Amino acid sequence: MRPKTLFDKIWETHIVHEEAGKPTLLYIDLHLVHEVTSPQAFEGLREAKRKIRRTDKTFATMDHNVPTIDRNNIKDPISAQQIETLEKNCKEFGIELFDLASPYQGIVHVIGPEQGLTKPGSTIVCGDSHTSTHGAFGALAFGIGTSEVEHVMSTQCLWQNKPKTFEVQVNGKRPKGVTAKDIILSIIGEIGTAGATGYVIEYTGETIRNLSMEQRMTICNMSIEGGARAGMISPDEITLNYLRDKPRIKTLNNLDSLMDDWIKLASDEGALFDETLKLDATKIAPQVSWGTSPGMVTGINNKVPNPKNFEDPVKRKSIEDALAYMGLQADTSIEDIKIDTVFIGSCTNGRIEDLIAASKIIKGNKVSSKVKAIVVPGSQVVKYQAEKLGIDKIFKDAGFEWRESGCSMCLAMNPDKLSPGERAASTSNRNFEGRQGKGGRTHLVSPTMAAAAAINGRFTDVRSFDVDLGEY
Amino acid sequence: MEKFQTVISRPAPLDSSNVDTDQIIPKQFLKRIERTGFGQFLFFDWRFNDDGSINEKFILNEKRFEDSEILLSQENFGCGSSREHAPWALRDYGFKVIISTSFADILFNNCFKNCILPIVITEEKLDYLFKSTLEFEDYQVKVDLENLILSDNKNFTEKLDIDPYRRKCLLEGLDDIALTLIHEDKITLYEKASIE
Ligand code: SF4
Repeated sequence: MRPKTLFDKIWETHIVHEEAGKPTLLYIDLHLVHEVTSPQAFEGLREAKRKIRRTDKTFATMDHNVPTIDRNNIKDPISAQQIETLEKNCKEFGIELFDLASPYQGIVHVIGPEQGLTKPGSTIVCGDSHTSTHGAFGALAFGIGTSEVEHVMSTQCLWQNKPKTFEVQVNGKRPKGVTAKDIILSIIGEIGTAGATGYVIEYTGETIRNLSMEQRMTICNMSIEGGARAGMISPDEITLNYLRDKPRIKTLNNLDSLMDDWIKLASDEGALFDETLKLDATKIAPQVSWGTSPGMVTGINNKVPNPKNFEDPVKRKSIEDALAYMGLQADTSIEDIKIDTVFIGSCTNGRIEDLIAASKIIKGNKVSSKVKAIVVPGSQVVKYQAEKLGIDKIFKDAGFEWRESGCSMCLAMNPDKLSPGERAASTSNRNFEGRQGKGGRTHLVSPTMAAAAAINGRFTDVRSFDVDLGEY
Repeated sequence: MEKFQTVISRPAPLDSSNVDTDQIIPKQFLKRIERTGFGQFLFFDWRFNDDGSINEKFILNEKRFEDSEILLSQENFGCGSSREHAPWALRDYGFKVIISTSFADILFNNCFKNCILPIVITEEKLDYLFKSTLEFEDYQVKVDLENLILSDNKNFTEKLDIDPYRRKCLLEGLDDIALTLIHEDKITLYEKASIE
């Protein structure tokens, strides 16, 4: 038999209907819903007098709008309305909701895996582009728009044109201080923000295989920043070990046979991809983005680029625009960039391993007097785990604010925002203009680099800290 | 859905690459729970100054581009989030066609669901359109989806290459969900076969 990729295997087993010249009708195993991209979909269902086809495959939470200080007192009336609307809709349509009172509430892409809703081999969608996170488990997971949310609600299916496959192979031992975030940032720096448009990426190679599940999620999370429809990693023992004790997994009565099936999903030896990129992990340094798109990124020991060195006029102009917005001079050393704010959190880097690693850098140090720093755990479960380990204390003692879970400053739909001109080291995934607040300037970094920046008030090579980060 | 009809308009030239969804519609406007009324917020941070006044320097605010139904933009238009508020805002503002050298995947998809036609052309041709719309006072571009022709009132014509299924859906204003439910029996069969 022809060797198959993980993607091929999932695609083939989810075809409901296919016909030449048309997209394929794919079955969707899991639909995650949040408050921002769903109200109009529910409204559409109501107008057409349609129901949700599979309430057992649909789960909701609120994360984008929620305040991270006093979550029971939402001051913005429109945010409050959106959250109430989700509550009402879930009740009316019979969907399980992880609401603000739930100990399991959190960012949709953090709680899916945490609760064991995310399973290898499944198709997963959500009205949110970072749905690609779930691909870390060997699932085909991607973001959809609100029309498609409504479509999945009423049919449990989606029309899809078959994407092409892209293998990104990373080999070699990661140097100390180089994290999954640095790997994915350097991949995007390499291929550009549209480099994988039309493709599904599978990350392979020994460096990827040696990453923990949480680190793999960081990698897959940012696939969309390289333009990819989805990112995925073949399941292995690390995947199974992570899943084994998750609430919605451990209760499955045919778990052993399911696990056997899951392992077999891995891409076959010799399977062909439409495109391949090889990367040497030993050459990657901790990354810092300097511009207004995630591909505008470089190593900590480098300088901000000079537009004069670029011949392509579109490229040159985009660098000039980015430097103007970011308030940076060409050729500035990254280590000379001073920051005002540090944000540790988001679906990219708001999980427990991220917080543990950052806390190791922070421990015994103080946040620079010029910096405001906050930690926003990705979910209430992460927050609870961290508090049990006493990590919240390490952060608080150093001068960080310790918050409730949610998307928070990743997109600043809640009160956590940058002011115009304010410069942040952020562990989130997008440094677009205004993403973290109008006029705010975002530099994307790993949690440990964010922690180092918080202490020194400027970007600092985390490798200069004598701290054992273990396998992080 | 509304049917896509032939568009004749002077294109509005937005000379930026990687125009992301946070630019198309900033997040503070995602809180509405309706599908309508997003046009007023399109490119908000570019169209308006901090004090709320109109940013005269922003190209879309120029009188000659005010009624444009065609938007020109540089590569990778619409990258970023999956928010359908982006095409809602573009359509509500008045754009029916977007022309670029490349689009982000999700936005491209979302356009077809909202009666917007995204057109991919070569860099050279896009340059020509950018130049012409700035240069000629009477400049107009025609987008004829029925006959798959993109042309202008000078002497430019280009054959459009649009997925035939998507073209049909746009021209006939077909409702996706109704189309899917034709396959209801197959969905039920699939569900029966895969008892988890
Ligand atoms: S944390 Fe940020 S990227 Fe992730 S779902 Fe929330 S807003 Fe989106």
